[in-house]
Amino acid sequence: MAGEIVEKNPAIEDVILIGIRTRGVPMAEALAAEIKKMEGVEVPIGILDITFYRDDLSTIGPHPVVGETDLPLPVEDRVLVLCDDVLFSGRTIRAALDALVDFGRPKAVQLAVLIDRVGQRELPIQADVVGCETSTSSEETVRVRFESTDGVAEVEVVSL
Amino acid sequence: MTEATPLSKDLVSILDLDRGQVELILDTAESFAEVSERTIKKVPTLRGRTLVGLFFEPSTRTSASFEIAAKRLSADWVSFSLASSSLTKGESLIDTVRNLDAMAPDMVVVRHADPGVPRMLALRVACSVINAGDGAHEHPSQALLDAFTIRKAKGHLEGLLVAMIGDIELSRVVRSNIHLLQMMGARVRVAGPRSMMPLGIEEMGVEVVYSTAEAVRDADVVMMLRIQLERESRARFPSLREYFDVFALTPERLEGAKDDVIILHPGPMNRGVEISSEVADGPYSVILDQVSNGVAVRMALLYLWTLRPEDAS
Repeated sequence: MAGEIVEKNPAIEDVILIGIRTRGVPMAEALAAEIKKMEGVEVPIGILDITFYRDDLSTIGPHPVVGETDLPLPVEDRVLVLCDDVLFSGRTIRAALDALVDFGRPKAVQLAVLIDRVGQRELPIQADVVGCETSTSSEETVRVRFESTDGVAEVEVVSL
Repeated sequence: MTEATPLSKDLVSILDLDRGQVELILDTAESFAEVSERTIKKVPTLRGRTLVGLFFEPSTRTSASFEIAAKRLSADWVSFSLASSSLTKGESLIDTVRNLDAMAPDMVVVRHADPGVPRMLALRVACSVINAGDGAHEHPSQALLDAFTIRKAKGHLEGLLVAMIGDIELSRVVRSNIHLLQMMGARVRVAGPRSMMPLGIEEMGVEVVYSTAEAVRDADVVMMLRIQLERESRARFPSLREYFDVFALTPERLEGAKDDVIILHPGPMNRGVEISSEVADGPYSVILDQVSNGVAVRMALLYLWTLRPEDAS
């Protein structure tokens, strides 16, 4: 995936990786480490919490854990690569795009996801870089765990 | 973060909260503080919600703070002040409130000179009611922003010694703060002239002293209270000058405090009455931080209560 990001962005020094809380953050860190190995470039990482932009707040009530958003640099004229572990309905990405608009006008926004649950989209959103595609039903959920946050690196499909 | 128990419908008193809920509010306020640092200080979280501010008593800071908080959350904020309300045309408070309720707001924020008005409203309207100060009773959002400010400066509330100095009798800030600080494990010491010390205040579990220097000794936090000149109907002290000479917080009187003491004041300050300018503008003062933090804390309150699940009461 890191290779694909580099390939898509010859000017890699313009890129900021934006991890969507919570599992997008370790993913962005892992990608940054990989890119550093390949290109010797330290790609900055931002953190985005999309809670305030969700479209389901009235139904689920206030989200108990709201993390801070931390974008290290102005986003103007940068290429932002949104990182999230699982792409499902696309609603998280919709919220993330809305959130980014409040920080400025980036040159481009791309989307990198570890797992793409194909056929489950509720909005016209697709990823630019995909780790792995799965065909799962809406009765299933996909859990991703990272070494840095969960102690193990694994992907699990669970029936609800 | 610990899982907090569901919030009750209204926030009238600090006693409506438990410790976990206070932590939830303060943690939520942390993330809203970040929104206030952005160039575009607005998130769409409460888009389409109508929040009503009812200010039956003059208020600049609190009403502006709630209004800014509402607007940064994209809510529609409608504010009534006493001068423009129908109360001056003879409508009773209850009728005003029932009419408002019929317009189906998502929340009412109320300030009134009489203790108990927010509670009475809360019992009569369907939406949540937030008390923005009722007479000498309570001012929960102020206590929460004070706690937020102290926690930001000290890292915690547990075990701190907080001295509150001034008009203990008529201050709603004191009452809310005593409840909140004790709940969070801090110790409270109060001080002021005997004529401003309510009988039986010891029963709230606070230490009572009668001099500013004594109150400040070893304190981690000093909270100065405003001499409420507008409420001063009877003479409880001889003159403002004498109050300053005997009770004001001055650099000399601050000497006994901890080295890293912080000074709070709920505003508006009477410089040269309860606090000297050297202290108010000095290195220990976090008075302006309180004001910025007030917006973040009120954003947290509006967010948590507007989106509170209906069935949780």
